[in-house]
Amino acid sequence: MADVVRVVAADDPLRALFSPAGELTAEARSRLGMDAAALRELYRNMVLIRRADQEALNLQRQGELGLWGQFLGQEAIHVGAMAALRTTDWVFPSYREFGMAMVRGIDPADMLTLFRGLSHGPWDPRKYHFAPLAIPVATQVPHAVGFAMGCRLKHSDEVVLSTFGDGATSEGDWHEAMNFAGVFKAPVVFLCQNNGWAISVPLSKQTAGSIVERAQGYGFPGIRIDGNDVLGVYAAVRAAADRARQGEGPYLIEAVTYRMGAHTSSDDPTRYRTDNELQAWNAKDPIARYKTWLEQQGIIDAGTVAAIADAAETAAQAMRSRLTSMAVPPPGEAIFGRVYSNPPESFLLEREEFESSLEGS
Amino acid sequence: MEAVTMAKAINLSLRDALTRDDNILIFGEDVGALGGVFRITDGLQKAFGDERVFDTPLAESSIIGVAVGLALRGFRPVPEIQFDGFIYPAFEQIVSHVAKYRNRSGVPMPITIRVPFGGHIGAVEHHSESPEAYFAHTAGLKVVTPSTPGDAYALLQTAIDDPDPVIFFEPKARYYLKEEIDPAARVPIGKARVAQEGWGVSVIAYGPTVSIALQAAKTAATENISLEVIDLRSLSPLDMDTVMASVRKTHRAVVVHEAPVFCGFGAEVAARISHDAFDLLEAPVARLGGLNAPYPPARYEKLYLPDVDRILQAADAALAYG
Repeated sequence: MADVVRVVAADDPLRALFSPAGELTAEARSRLGMDAAALRELYRNMVLIRRADQEALNLQRQGELGLWGQFLGQEAIHVGAMAALRTTDWVFPSYREFGMAMVRGIDPADMLTLFRGLSHGPWDPRKYHFAPLAIPVATQVPHAVGFAMGCRLKHSDEVVLSTFGDGATSEGDWHEAMNFAGVFKAPVVFLCQNNGWAISVPLSKQTAGSIVERAQGYGFPGIRIDGNDVLGVYAAVRAAADRARQGEGPYLIEAVTYRMGAHTSSDDPTRYRTDNELQAWNAKDPIARYKTWLEQQGIIDAGTVAAIADAAETAAQAMRSRLTSMAVPPPGEAIFGRVYSNPPESFLLEREEFESSLEGS
Repeated sequence: MEAVTMAKAINLSLRDALTRDDNILIFGEDVGALGGVFRITDGLQKAFGDERVFDTPLAESSIIGVAVGLALRGFRPVPEIQFDGFIYPAFEQIVSHVAKYRNRSGVPMPITIRVPFGGHIGAVEHHSESPEAYFAHTAGLKVVTPSTPGDAYALLQTAIDDPDPVIFFEPKARYYLKEEIDPAARVPIGKARVAQEGWGVSVIAYGPTVSIALQAAKTAATENISLEVIDLRSLSPLDMDTVMASVRKTHRAVVVHEAPVFCGFGAEVAARISHDAFDLLEAPVARLGGLNAPYPPARYEKLYLPDVDRILQAADAALAYG
């Protein structure tokens, strides 16, 4: 057994980038190869997605959305991970990856139609290389692995990002997919957003042992990092993706963060967690932290910060007005239109009967 | 072409598909070097390599989940689930994703899931089940089952070519039925066939019960009772035109499958006939199937499953009704 552990550890280029506590080392931070514009872009994206997240919650509170699941506090993971990938690399998200999708270029108003009850999947995954949000927990993980196996069979150098929460690692699909990835050496980066809570169940009641150490059991390395440091997330995903691209197989990153908001707008976290915990994590806010660092480095100033805040405000208002003025697609098409590529006659007949039943009503 | 077994016909059909399209992949438990526990994939890994035909870890949910990912990447996966009773771990992937992914995303899911099903093989528990109704109940899937070697070959070709997901149930007790097959023949999904013409009672069967219905028809003929046997071949979509053409002739119908009668697929067929032919029927539509109890130990399976006698009794009752 000891030999297996050593082999896995030797095959891990990420170890050198992080302290044992999962902090990106100063040396690694200075060698990220990002210029000032790229560093500012990370800040800008985090501010944009946080403002959109807040606006979506507002829309839900005003009755414009049926449900909203905030990702408040997890912006560093959303932005850092996406910056580390090529736009041709596919992402297989769970349901809280609105920020990632925004960074990938999917229109946020289109995305919100999902929570407005207008669509189950408002974008073409093939256009954005971004799979539909997966609502049943962990079921998207085998999809990511299958896709990655396919990349390998096609001898392409694409890699796949499979992201999920801490609760997902309890699901059978997660374990099965991790094992498949190890067996087939699939070019996939597993990114666990360990935000401490699966609805109301804390990690201590969810998971025996450690999430990241599970990777070794599946034959590949993993690392636990500070998920509130956008540059740390960037460096980790970048290195794991490079490794996968070179044919070295899967990697598990456990990014430790905190779900600052409720599970969704239907949830009441005061029933199961304390204010103290929230305050402690508030002090580690990923945007405030990164802003301080950028200021210290002389990369942003008050003018840039204000301009980015304005841009985020404008974008949030544009998202709101585009969403609330969107036409409701016709029911026949919405219900029947995309079920089959080659629809059976009986199915078409049912659609026809349904549509004529609506006429004159 | 010489006569082949259904097992061989399916093997040939897979072989021809693999030859025709490089994007077709076959995978599952023991389908590689072993050629599958029923040898359906015999020789395919040797002929097409271990990237096209490969063994997977023993994990049904991910066999199907991985198929979804491969389909997104442009492949046409043809995964095998080893036995009917082992499909349940994959139920979520099939129902929540294979069936609904296109509806959610617009991306087609050309996946054909092969599943040996049904009883009459003297097996231990979980190896003799008929789970077809679970899947026929799910929009987005097509569900088919052949009853002859020729249909097995042709229907599998159609299933693999279809841009939508198909669950392909193979009546494992009929794997060794032999007949000549015509590889050029085509069987569309959603078309039943008249397996035996008759005029007295329509016996509507599929998969493993078709040959039992044909035996019943033969026996009935000796008593001057004429049974028309309909082989549905496709459960979803369901070819009611062929069923109704038969019932318009006979005015009597018996539906027969191995799955339990309660909420079985026969309920759908019987309800549709009762609705569409209400004025024509001379007798209530009868349903025959397994008992509403878990599949029994093998020693009792002959008592549990519908047989020739039960079909004949149901036909007699339909003829004597009123």
